[in-house]
Amino acid sequence: MGLRRSLTRSLSALPFILPGLILFLLFVIGPMAHSLRMSFYDWKIVHPENSVWVGLENYARALADPIFRRAVLNTLAYTLVTVPGQIMAGLLVAVLLDQSIRGRAFFRVVYYLPVITSWVIVSLLFEYMFVGQAGLVNFILRDVLHVIRDNIRWLADPILVFVPIDLLGIWKGVGWTAIILLAGLQTIPQHLQEAAAVDGAGPVARFRYVTFPLLRPTLVFLLVVLTIGGLNAYISNLLITNGGDPLDLTHFVLTLMYEATFAKLDFGYGSAISYLLTAFVFAISVFQIRLLRRQVAF
Amino acid sequence: MNLRAQRAFGRALTYLLLLLGVGIVAVPFWYMVATSLKPQAYIFEIPPSLWPRQATLANYVVALSKDRFGLYFINSLVVAVCATALTVLVAGMLAYAFSRLDFPGREPLFYVFLVGMMIPPVMLIIPQFIVAKYLHLLNSLVGLIVVYVTMNLAMQTFLLRGFFEGVPRDLEDAARIDGASHWTIFRRIVLPLSRPGLAVVAIFTFLYSWDEFPWAHVAIQETARRTLPIAIALFQSEHLTEWGQVFAASIVALIPVVIVFVLFQRHFIRGIATTGLKG
Repeated sequence: MGLRRSLTRSLSALPFILPGLILFLLFVIGPMAHSLRMSFYDWKIVHPENSVWVGLENYARALADPIFRRAVLNTLAYTLVTVPGQIMAGLLVAVLLDQSIRGRAFFRVVYYLPVITSWVIVSLLFEYMFVGQAGLVNFILRDVLHVIRDNIRWLADPILVFVPIDLLGIWKGVGWTAIILLAGLQTIPQHLQEAAAVDGAGPVARFRYVTFPLLRPTLVFLLVVLTIGGLNAYISNLLITNGGDPLDLTHFVLTLMYEATFAKLDFGYGSAISYLLTAFVFAISVFQIRLLRRQVAF
Repeated sequence: MNLRAQRAFGRALTYLLLLLGVGIVAVPFWYMVATSLKPQAYIFEIPPSLWPRQATLANYVVALSKDRFGLYFINSLVVAVCATALTVLVAGMLAYAFSRLDFPGREPLFYVFLVGMMIPPVMLIIPQFIVAKYLHLLNSLVGLIVVYVTMNLAMQTFLLRGFFEGVPRDLEDAARIDGASHWTIFRRIVLPLSRPGLAVVAIFTFLYSWDEFPWAHVAIQETARRTLPIAIALFQSEHLTEWGQVFAASIVALIPVVIVFVLFQRHFIRGIATTGLKG
């Protein structure tokens, strides 16, 4: 009797689950497993049956590859610049918007505009603004602010090219960060602020001793999500550096993965790179979430 | 008096900083608009100007007619609308099963979907390419739609389940006594009562599908099937200096996004703030 009932229940639930489950198995779970398998082979995309088992060689190759190492450094540097950049600028915007001011909806829309704009569009826009000869940025620095004497060739230099890429990462993300922080700020009870004010705390002290500790869960959440986003950055680099120019010095991990896979058709190597990245992202997230738990508990 | 002066100063500073921020956000966008209105001869003028001396719509005309951005616009629209509708339906059904139906393996299955939320999407691109090739879904808009639906599924199911939990059950119980099936309850009661949640899902999926680049870049090689983001990126790499047209096409691509955002911004902001969805 019980078996029959659970069977009829499963049958009535099946139509609701099946479409989603099939898609998920076909395009997420299956691909993950297949990618793991390919990463252990010298994978031949045209004749998969001729693929050769190489064990961990793809992984070892990546770890020993100077181009991969450089890409890791570039990605880490990007994350280390853009995550604090977005959080600090977002916090400033959120604190400013968390007051009774006119035109709040207007400011919100404007600050959010970069977030909803396609990465492709804003990447090309920044590339154009940072063009060496007639670019807007060089013009402002040289002829308006007089801080440089000669034009800087931002896009041709393997270090300086990260100035537009990093600035773009911050510029595009601040709106989202600010909205999350604003939501966090609005959960802080007003009476705590008032009590602190009565005790003679100025705005800075109130922020430091009331706002900041209560905002910590939100900040750690942002830290986790923005770090994942930073490590997975891809489009801006692909478009602004043409995927690694000059001399493969400017890759991010994912642009390198893309090049290995779809330009050199080295699917095993590309899969190994993406698994290395995923493992790293996963480890970092777990570490940061632990941090979050500890802080919420106190 | 001193306090009042301090307040006034604080307010002035607030507005000053906020307007400075508006400038930082708006100048690049304005520069894009201005450039799209400049004739090709002025694209690399020195000094660069934020005001087109000879405004012309020529870039828009060329982009939309000769360079087929009209077609890419329609491709993008078809993909985004279908992906959005399907995501609402499929994620809604899953969320209904997870919140209302009792079946063996419900909890483990839900956790499998949750793990799916944490996978960096780009790592799936290689094997998705192979699956899509096998299923003859490369170079087709259907291939884009099914992948976009799948990539949004976990997050949106999670979100909708939360909304469905808030729908009162009395109505459903009454309907069930009248002999209504699960499908009827889902379609006639739960979905209509979760409209704010559906709006959030729809807005996010639409913007995601409209802006998505990495998968489309890999899956679409045939020119006629391009969506706007890949069309714009490839146009730029093929015509390195024709920035006026690149930005004309970009602005055409940006218009639906801005309309959707301004119309629904309240739902949208609430959705982000309550779920932390990445827009």
